Amino acid sequence: MRLIAENLGGERGGEAVFSGIGFALEKGQALIVTGPNGAGKSTLLRVVAGLLPVAAGRLLIEGGHADFPSVASACHYLGHQNAMKMALSVVENLRFWRDFAGADFLSAEEALETVGLDGIGHLPFGYLSTGQRRRAAIAKLLVSRRPLWLLDEPTAGLDKASEGRFGELMRKHCGEGGIIIAATHLPLGLEGAQALVMGRVE
Amino acid sequence: MWSLFLRDIRLSIRAGGGALTGVIFFLAVIATIPFGVGPDLNLLARIGPAILWIGALLACLLGLDRLFQADREDGSLDLLVLGNDRHMLALTVLTKCLAHWAGSVLPLVIAAPLLGLFMNMEPIGIGATALTLLVGTPAITFIGAAGAAVAVALPRGGLLISVLVLPLTIPVLIFGVSASYGAVADPDPFLQPFLILAALTLFLAVLGPVAAALALRHGAD
Repeated sequence: MRLIAENLGGERGGEAVFSGIGFALEKGQALIVTGPNGAGKSTLLRVVAGLLPVAAGRLLIEGGHADFPSVASACHYLGHQNAMKMALSVVENLRFWRDFAGADFLSAEEALETVGLDGIGHLPFGYLSTGQRRRAAIAKLLVSRRPLWLLDEPTAGLDKASEGRFGELMRKHCGEGGIIIAATHLPLGLEGAQALVMGRVE
Repeated sequence: MWSLFLRDIRLSIRAGGGALTGVIFFLAVIATIPFGVGPDLNLLARIGPAILWIGALLACLLGLDRLFQADREDGSLDLLVLGNDRHMLALTVLTKCLAHWAGSVLPLVIAAPLLGLFMNMEPIGIGATALTLLVGTPAITFIGAAGAAVAVALPRGGLLISVLVLPLTIPVLIFGVSASYGAVADPDPFLQPFLILAALTLFLAVLGPVAAALALRHGAD
């Protein structure tokens, strides 16, 4: 599987946020997107996911076969928000996303164990701390199988140990042939990742 | 899809879900009418079906603004939109509408016969009104979904949704009320308006979710 962007441009509310972005990612590769606030990192991820229209250039995915015909169907999108319901328990949240996303991978309990949250799956999501919420959202990446992970500041609010554990998860994902695009300000511990530095459009 | 339905039902009955708000509003509207209109039992019985329908219509509109907004605020909406290749977005919207109807509007239909007693309605009139509400209220939810999808990005979209949706619900109201009257007033027919009401619901079950899906798809920012 390959993900290719050529001369990609994105806009928000009719105003160009970035333009001329290009990258090509093979199986097992990662792209770390850095840049100052307002440089368009989140917009780039949303454009890649297909939540915002491609304003210029091309974005294509090759070798996704019938399972993953488009980027949207091949990706896990982890945005700023965790996409979990406060009133439901952590396990209920994860089970729902597992059923909805299809392509089952780990069970909700196994995924929670992997991110170090075993034993609190029965609590309502609203009771968790910020870091625990983020870890539960990361567990969401593990309950169904997707080759492409789009991560928007994935480690915001995580402690050092969790950061390390998440770095391991990402390396494992790449090792299994997955692709990662992460927008971040913090080092993620991904060696050999391509870097993309975004600046403001003049 | 079934898991989405169950999730939304669970959310509507858990804390802050607002399943009861509509019923309490409905109760408040119907309970105040006899005090305002006065103790004329014949008049109350005559306007009963119409008042029940208007009360139910307004109570339906009350919770509609949260239909997509809650999902948007916590980021779930992005993932629902991204799931388009697996579950067509219009079907996702239809499922959310059905869950919203079962969680927030069905209680109104169940409460309607009791509230019909407040209006001194005959048993057959109460039965007919409850039946028309059962068949007609899904249509209001489907139209409302389109309004809710358009206003999803607005912080106080509730009133805008009501203003957008209310004119479109008028046919549903007209046929619902005329079928209810048809059951009690002799020369008026019951079946014809009732069938048109059912047809409206079926028609809007297709049009509403498709329009809402289109609005959600292009409203993402």
